[in-house]
Amino acid sequence: MPSSSEDLQSHLRKDYEHGFTTDVESDTLPPGLDEDVIRHISHMKHEPDFLLEWRLEAYRHWLTQREPNWAKLNIDPIDYQAISYYSAPKTSKDGPKSLDEVDPKLLETYEKLGIPLEERAALAGVAVDAVFDSVSVATTFKDKLSKEGIIFCPFSEAVQNHPELVQRYLGSVVPTTDNYFASLNSAVFTDGSFVYIPKGVRCPMELSTYFRINAANTGQFERTLIIAEAGSYVSYLEGCTAPQRDENQLHAAVVELVALEDAEIKYSTVQNWYPGDENGVGGIYNFVTKRGDCRGDNSKISWTQVETGSAITWKYPSCLLRGDNSVGEFHSIAVTNHHQQADTGTKMVHLGKNTRSTIVSKGISAGQAQNAYRGLVHMGKNASSARNHTRCDSLLMGDRCGAHTFPYMEVKNPSARVEHEATTSRIGEDQLFYCRQRGISEEDAVSMIVNGFCKEVFRELPMEFAVEAQNLLALSLEGSIG
Amino acid sequence: MLEISNLHVSIGDQTILKGIDLTVKPGEVHAIMGPNGSGKSTLSHVLAGREGYEVIEGSVRYEGKDLLGLSPEARAHAGIFLGFQYPVEIPGVNNMYFLKAAINARRKANGLKELDAFDFIQMAKKKAGLVGLDESLLQRAVNEGFSGGEKKRNEIFQMAVLEPQLAILDETDSGLDIDALRIVAEGVNALRDPERAVILVTHYQRLLDYIVPDYVHVLSDGRIVRSGGRELALTLEEKGYGWLKEAAAT
Ligand SMILES: Nc1ncnc2c1ncn2[C@@H]1O[C@H](COP(=O)(O)OP(=O)(O)OP(=O)(O)O)[C@@H](O)[C@H]1O
Ligand SMILES: [Mg+2]
Repeated sequence: MPSSSEDLQSHLRKDYEHGFTTDVESDTLPPGLDEDVIRHISHMKHEPDFLLEWRLEAYRHWLTQREPNWAKLNIDPIDYQAISYYSAPKTSKDGPKSLDEVDPKLLETYEKLGIPLEERAALAGVAVDAVFDSVSVATTFKDKLSKEGIIFCPFSEAVQNHPELVQRYLGSVVPTTDNYFASLNSAVFTDGSFVYIPKGVRCPMELSTYFRINAANTGQFERTLIIAEAGSYVSYLEGCTAPQRDENQLHAAVVELVALEDAEIKYSTVQNWYPGDENGVGGIYNFVTKRGDCRGDNSKISWTQVETGSAITWKYPSCLLRGDNSVGEFHSIAVTNHHQQADTGTKMVHLGKNTRSTIVSKGISAGQAQNAYRGLVHMGKNASSARNHTRCDSLLMGDRCGAHTFPYMEVKNPSARVEHEATTSRIGEDQLFYCRQRGISEEDAVSMIVNGFCKEVFRELPMEFAVEAQNLLALSLEGSIG
Repeated sequence: MLEISNLHVSIGDQTILKGIDLTVKPGEVHAIMGPNGSGKSTLSHVLAGREGYEVIEGSVRYEGKDLLGLSPEARAHAGIFLGFQYPVEIPGVNNMYFLKAAINARRKANGLKELDAFDFIQMAKKKAGLVGLDESLLQRAVNEGFSGGEKKRNEIFQMAVLEPQLAILDETDSGLDIDALRIVAEGVNALRDPERAVILVTHYQRLLDYIVPDYVHVLSDGRIVRSGGRELALTLEEKGYGWLKEAAAT
């Protein structure tokens, strides 16, 4: 066991001696996972006892579980003892020193996405303080929010400053025992985002991780918790349209949303991690548990996601519709190209009366990629007059890729209604020729057709995000026809 | 403007066009008639650059240059427009957005300034009125859910906006009611100009009452078997195509 090795013991002591914030270099744990590693993480982060206990419980449960059955995914086994579970925020020592050291291909992509020069450096992992004055932006931003009583900070900061909120809500939507990756995340998560919107407050701006300082490297086990008190509203943007430089192979995040009476949470994601090369080498495995709890009556949670990255994506943002008249929405675009595999969808669990949910899923496959939609609609015993409408459209580019749809329905209340529509189409040579005959280049034609196909989902994204997402889509499908 | 000489085209191992010769000069309107399956659409597609056809012999020159080496979009930029026999639906893509992208791609390729949204909308609305296209269709997705006649009108509307040098209209009159036919004809006539030319593929001489052609050609089994003036269409209407085949056989 690595825990008993001299190595780790001395490492632990050394870390403690030098302290967490001052000696950055020594802050990476050797690979391996056991209870001591978890104690170490908790200790380094000065966490209260309840949190350490919570982590350990999750870990013990994790040990009793087995990896999920991969369904449509074709995956190499992951060696969990080969991963290092704690690494301090990266500094300029790890990353490139200037833009000159960054892969020109990456820079070209940023340019095509229209990302301002100074931000490109930050995204590429160049030490940001020197080039990008994010602090001043973030400060004005924070002032404005705190006036409204809104809390928006790194998760670890919330643990220090608002432990009562964390204790009350953490794991209340996704329990430590929920699934294999959620248990793992609960045991070892290092940081993430925390949002609290007080009663009756409408958050005056889109909250985006982009503006969050001190948390550029939240690592591979990210934890996000958003709480919207009665009558409040918040729109949260996760991620970035630019491909992110990232050495972590496995990502297992957990996102929990809680909407109380009459509250609304809108959660938008653009995910563009490295998908691996044309031959399927490299790339990120993305296993995320995202769940929203419409705890109060008349509450609403909507998930909007644009997924173009990762080698393997396994993700089902879900809604628990507990409150009467609560509303859940899921709007998704998943693009797979080359050898990418995506297995995504949603779960809508209707528990309250007159609850409603809408699912719109757009899957695009090119190259040899496989794209699966998997959705569960559950109508509980008490979900009288509940309604769901599901629409799944697949677009195929070329004839070596695949699209699969797996809708599951469980209806326990006779007055509940579930509707499902599904279509599959192929970008036709005739559509492309029509566009080209009018003078539109093949590349523009493909992006136009794809964007047309995805329109209903783009409409759900915040304006600036939608434009970037459209460019991104075009980029990730570049050269996939002809 | 357009010189087609000895054009042989095949699809797979089947030869469809078997030696077409046709010269179109600026200002002229040529009608091409002929039985189903004779190769009219094939000729139109080959001129517009559609993939899947193999030119096995012959050449096509447009404005003095080889046409066959150009991509479909390059031909469009050079002023060639094809009105499709079966216009294609593009779900989710706004009709106006599509056309604006088309006109600006062409302007850009020709070194002209792109039209801004305001100028484009003004112009497009005027043209829509001209060809009797309901304005509500402008904001719908390209051809999606359009009736057969609306699709054909939309083709003419696009032509009116793009103002091509050479318009090839493949059975644009099929499926139109009488009023629409007249309006479409007016659209084409409005485009007539000493610098422009039109190739009209049609089955009905009725269209030629409205658009008076300079020449009428009969395409049969991949060859032009007869060319003549306006009166040839009238003879065809009366006698059908049978007599031409007999004439060709003797
Ligand atoms: N993709 C294809 N594969 C095989 N044969 C084809 C293909 N496209 C066209 N053909 C054949 O080529 C011949 C000419 O077709 P074309 O569409 O050019 O005729 P047309 O004169 O336009 O007929 P219509 O008056 O019915 O529109 C027909 O016999 C048709 O079946
Ligand atoms: Mg035809």
